[in-house]
Amino acid sequence: MARTVWDSTVGKKTVMAVSGLVMLLYLIAHMIGNLKIFFGTEEFNHYAHWLRTVGEPFMHYEWTLWLIRVVLVVAVVAHATAAYQLSRRDLRARPSRYVHKKPRASYATRTMRWGGVILGLFIVWHLLDLTTGTVHSGGFESGKPYQNVVDTFSTWYGNAVYIVAMLALGLHIRHGFWSAAQTLGAGSRSRDRALKAVANVLALLLTAGFIAVPVGVMTGVVS
Amino acid sequence: MKLTLRVWRQKNADAEGAMSTYEVDGISPDMSFLEMLDTLNEELILKGEDPVAFDHDCREGICGACSLVINGDAHGPERTTTCQLHMRSFRDGDTIDIEPWRAAAFPVVKDLVVDRSAFDRIIQAGGYITAPTGAAPEAHATPVPKPDADFAFEHAECIGCGACVAACPNGAAMLFTSAKVNHLNVLPQGAPERETRVLDMVAQMDAEGFGGCTLAGECATACPKGIPLMSITNMNKEWLRATRKAGKR
Repeated sequence: MARTVWDSTVGKKTVMAVSGLVMLLYLIAHMIGNLKIFFGTEEFNHYAHWLRTVGEPFMHYEWTLWLIRVVLVVAVVAHATAAYQLSRRDLRARPSRYVHKKPRASYATRTMRWGGVILGLFIVWHLLDLTTGTVHSGGFESGKPYQNVVDTFSTWYGNAVYIVAMLALGLHIRHGFWSAAQTLGAGSRSRDRALKAVANVLALLLTAGFIAVPVGVMTGVVS
Repeated sequence: MKLTLRVWRQKNADAEGAMSTYEVDGISPDMSFLEMLDTLNEELILKGEDPVAFDHDCREGICGACSLVINGDAHGPERTTTCQLHMRSFRDGDTIDIEPWRAAAFPVVKDLVVDRSAFDRIIQAGGYITAPTGAAPEAHATPVPKPDADFAFEHAECIGCGACVAACPNGAAMLFTSAKVNHLNVLPQGAPERETRVLDMVAQMDAEGFGGCTLAGECATACPKGIPLMSITNMNKEWLRATRKAGKR
């Protein structure tokens, strides 16, 4: 059955839909967690520490966190691989363009591929910046995420990269959430408006929620 | 009406094609788009030139033979087939671009004619029922709920013209395939092959080199018969159901 799913365009889209929804669930949790930065150093750093102790004593220190990381890596790899293979196929299926060109589909729909590439690159930078500290501006201190976040958003490029990526995320979710519903066969004529509304609300809330942090640092609310 | 036409001319499948410009005069707004092309071809023949090849048959919007991407739209600016498009949709002095359906699975045969036999092979893969039908059965023998009958009929309207593929940025045949799958899968007559139909037709669709669906929605906008985008959603549902059932066996 796994073979049938992966070899079919419809099946590969299913993989994209499921992995996309997994990442979406994570992003909702991530965005809510980020907002704790507005309640001060102590609360934010304590929250970050708690993430490592979730599930104790059943789970060992950081086990839950690593479990989530593994699930996310699998989701990202599955999503990107399927997207790459489907895109290659789509481009091959339409080798010659029309001479008479017309603007097609919505902006969110047209930017799914490049938006996805931008998000992929952003994730790499984001992890090197705030998880490993490899490309962090200023001294990265593990266990002191509040100061690390303030450092990142004290540089113009830190803000620029982050905000552009979050706008791309909003567009990606806007078309992606609704599409996932169609791919999984959950859409219907009576549910269509509701699904589109949920997609828009999710896109807006996540983008606004994430961008609130750099804006907070820039305006001095977080320092 | 006086018009400037820019038409895709291509000698055969292997030749390089290009847009050629023609002037046509004396076009009545009441002519259909195909009659306008007939006028052009008569002039070309009188001049000893090769007439423009294009597909057409019933000319009443029910056979699915006519095609043409007109000014970037499959079947032109109105939501109908090219044969039912009339010149009153254009203005005197307009320049009109006429191109063939574009998709790897629909290779150009000549000028504006493309080979749509990939659709036939998708139908052969499962777009039929195996129940012996014989003469028309007694109408009450197999009751079909009214909503199911309406659903089946909506999808049965598909004439297989290929406008969905032509309009799709990925050259996907999802709307065509879903129309055929949904039409038969909802009816009791189509029930015995419900699972194999969707699996085999989707597999054939992929084998023909059509692209995947990104739900851009261009297909449903172009469809002259108004097959809805939700048709694809429903086929996805049928495909997932059939895959789960096949996995249990």
